[in-house]
Amino acid sequence: MSTGKYDFSIAIGGAAGQGIATPGNIVAQMMARRGLHINAYNAYQSIVRGGHIFLTIRARDDFSRSHGDKLDLLLCLNQDTMDRHLDLMVSGTRVLFNSDDINPGTPASGVELCGLPISELTDNSRNRLVQNTVALGAFMHLSGLDFEILEESTRQRFARQGEVVVEENVSVARAGYQYALENFTPFPIPAPLGEKPLAIWTGNDALAMGGAAAGVKFYAAYPMSPSTGVLHWMAKNARDLGIMVRQMEDEIAVANTVIGAAHSGVRSMCATSGGGFALMTEAIGMAGMMEVPAVFINVQRAGPSTGVPTKTEQGDLWQALGASQGDFERVVVAPFNSLDAFNTMPELFNLTDQLQIPGIVLSDLLISEGTSTVDPDLVDVYPEINRGELITESTGSKEYMRYESTESGVSPRALPGLEGHIHIVATDEHDENSLLISDEFTDPHKRRKMVEKRARKIINLENMVPSPSIEGEEDADVTLVGWGSTYNVIKDAIPMLKESGIKVNHLPIKWIVPLHKKTIEELLSKSNKTIIVENNYSGQFARYLRSETGITADGYIRKYDGEPFAPHHIVEAVKEQLAGKTKISVPYQEIMV
Amino acid sequence: MTITKELGGSAPIELTPKDFKGLADPDWCPGCGDFGVLNALQRSCAEMGIQPHSILTVSGIGCSSNFPGYFNSYGMHTLHGRALAVAGGAKLANHELTVIVTGGDGDGYGIGGNHFTHTARRNVDLTYLVMNNQIYGLTTGQISPTSSVGMKTKSTPFGSVETPLNPLTSAIMNGATFVARGYSGDPRHLSDIMKQAIQHKGFSLIDILSPCVTFNRDNDHSFFKQRVNKLEDANHDTSDWKAACELAMEWGDKIFTGVFFQREGASTLEQQEPVLRDGGPLIKQMNPLTKEQGSKIINALM
Ligand SMILES: Cc1ncc(C[n+]2csc(CCOP(=O)(O)OP(=O)(O)O)c2C)c(N)n1
Ligand code: SF4
Ligand SMILES: [Mg+2]
Repeated sequence: MSTGKYDFSIAIGGAAGQGIATPGNIVAQMMARRGLHINAYNAYQSIVRGGHIFLTIRARDDFSRSHGDKLDLLLCLNQDTMDRHLDLMVSGTRVLFNSDDINPGTPASGVELCGLPISELTDNSRNRLVQNTVALGAFMHLSGLDFEILEESTRQRFARQGEVVVEENVSVARAGYQYALENFTPFPIPAPLGEKPLAIWTGNDALAMGGAAAGVKFYAAYPMSPSTGVLHWMAKNARDLGIMVRQMEDEIAVANTVIGAAHSGVRSMCATSGGGFALMTEAIGMAGMMEVPAVFINVQRAGPSTGVPTKTEQGDLWQALGASQGDFERVVVAPFNSLDAFNTMPELFNLTDQLQIPGIVLSDLLISEGTSTVDPDLVDVYPEINRGELITESTGSKEYMRYESTESGVSPRALPGLEGHIHIVATDEHDENSLLISDEFTDPHKRRKMVEKRARKIINLENMVPSPSIEGEEDADVTLVGWGSTYNVIKDAIPMLKESGIKVNHLPIKWIVPLHKKTIEELLSKSNKTIIVENNYSGQFARYLRSETGITADGYIRKYDGEPFAPHHIVEAVKEQLAGKTKISVPYQEIMV
Repeated sequence: MTITKELGGSAPIELTPKDFKGLADPDWCPGCGDFGVLNALQRSCAEMGIQPHSILTVSGIGCSSNFPGYFNSYGMHTLHGRALAVAGGAKLANHELTVIVTGGDGDGYGIGGNHFTHTARRNVDLTYLVMNNQIYGLTTGQISPTSSVGMKTKSTPFGSVETPLNPLTSAIMNGATFVARGYSGDPRHLSDIMKQAIQHKGFSLIDILSPCVTFNRDNDHSFFKQRVNKLEDANHDTSDWKAACELAMEWGDKIFTGVFFQREGASTLEQQEPVLRDGGPLIKQMNPLTKEQGSKIINALM
């Protein structure tokens, strides 16, 4: 039952090594099993111990898109979290903490401080992580949930560690629940029950699963945050799904090996982040020149160079557009969220196979490491697979030319090993029969013919993928244009703006190449005020849109501090632009990590 | 064009080196050592009776890397230094192919050095033929990782000061399971080594002394002819890696050719790969997810 009333956010803060993930996962999973929609964002640092980690989990009884703007419950695992975040808490919220160790400070009025005397509740257990379990018990009471739900989750989660561990955890969780029952006021709206249990995944899970559904059987990688989750999913499921997973010596090897496997005929892909993608670029050009289809995922993080490994950014758009020297055909796609990322993979593989070109996916840390729920019935693991003009069996005695200049530009691709189809593929320019033009003689007419043959393949590309459209009201005061991962947060901001009497609609762009120029020009010609929203400093998409269409936006909202936009950032920025205060808004990130 | 010979389904009964003549004629300089390598491989494949369509030749970039264009088989002429990485992927995806990697010293030991190390230790079943002319030929004569100290080239007009890399000891240390040296001036002996290398299950390197007659006058045929000695005459035990390394370091009056080291029975990467264990090559396992697989990955999210 979706009332749209329940919108609850809990944040768990502490240092790396304090075991934030476990209570985080338990909360998310309990909520998802109740059918509540979850959106979680983990602000963390690139260290294994210490530092500050801040996990925000938002649960709603309605579709949840971003991690939202507000906190209802703050769970402090250390003093640092209390000191940093207490002043974010407003009247009606609760703060849970270990009162043995943590000094709460002075909260705003109406904030309920819920101190847990951990030692007393746990008979002085020396287990460092025990405070997390006690806090979970207290959380159950605060959220109006039966203790048995937590008990079941706890039993499942610790089952492998043996009966003693299970009982210890259940008993301290119960102590926490009991203490809360006697001492703390629960939230006025208890966590409701949704329609059906929901699945829970990260964007990296979705990208990997999308690849598996598309029929990927070869995956190579070199670990790099925030893309490593794809490798981990693939490695874990490799045996069950018959996927060969290889960790290589570097990203150069990754890309080249993937192309080698793809040339043998296997659907192949890899994922990395900007630095690794830089190393892959020469090979991506090779895929273009040899006409070998393969997919390269760049999970963007804040750059340049090593940059901010655990923070998000949309800073690699031009890197993808300009990956590799020369002029060649490619597809570049920036999915909106996890489910879209999942669906994009088979779609992209079908395109790259049909056109025999490389495909590039631009994800980012926000999508890839963000955790969200999804209706399991929407995850179609049996999509249509179209491998294009692939010759997999020896055919008659026709003389085979690998790069035959056909009308569509696509030349039937014979796999190595077949009788009667022997051919070379080469990175040097070559003629229809794979003879190297650069070796034999330089022939401008042959060169032109081959450039045009390859270019013909994508003449029709715009019609092969859905064109963008305006989402929301027709006649709006403002049209927000976003690409990739800003989709969800813009969607969350629009109803908030409407409440303030501002009518805003949304033009989300997913396909970067092909860019549906005509459609975009038409749609934006009707816009009263166009504002481009993106997670980078220089307005990479704004510049791309201008270079392709001549469109100059009326305003820009940009963020480049490493953290994603929250809905209120967009709301406030639109307001200040409508008030004529600025044309470029750079929202301030309040929750400092 | 030789591919006509296989059309219509009837494979030639007996192969001759001519069946491995590629579409293009080599444009190497007259006298280039690489001709001897091409002839030796054509002879080896013919004698072994390997059908051209079941071979994939993979190269990087360089004079020597033009090889696939001159050899009748499936071929990939890839990027400078990347041949082993590409070939590894191609082989893992279809291990029924005989994959032969051809290239130069710059290509394999310089820019591609990282792949050389790691492909060797992974023991992918590839045959790697390096035409080592101790120079960058295609770029008109600069030092390579195997150039001798003192060698004057366009990039070292006053003589190279760098210690050359030893491909054989490197390969042995990297875990290669078949390590040999050949000489393009003796294609018959080279061909013998090639046949053993192709037959060997695992990563095999043949470092081939293949003079660049245009840009390396220091290491030409007259230099090698008087120094080359066959290991077969030296009573060497190829399972002894230490002796192999010592012989491989020899670079004076005597330069040995032949098989230095072979470790038999070591599992190849393909043999260890779980997804290849019961099925045929990966390319023949391109099925969409089954109902069972599909529900398993969805249920894991619940
Ligand atoms: C990334 C890259 N860097 C440089 C080059 C230029 N290049 C082509 S071949 C070559 C060296 C070839 O030397 P080697 O591999 O020994 O082959 P040889 O010509 O001697 O047979 C170089 C530097 C290139 N093609 N690509
Ligand atoms: S330049 Fe040297 S290596 Fe290149 S073809 Fe001529 S002789 Fe052979
Ligand atoms: Mg060379």
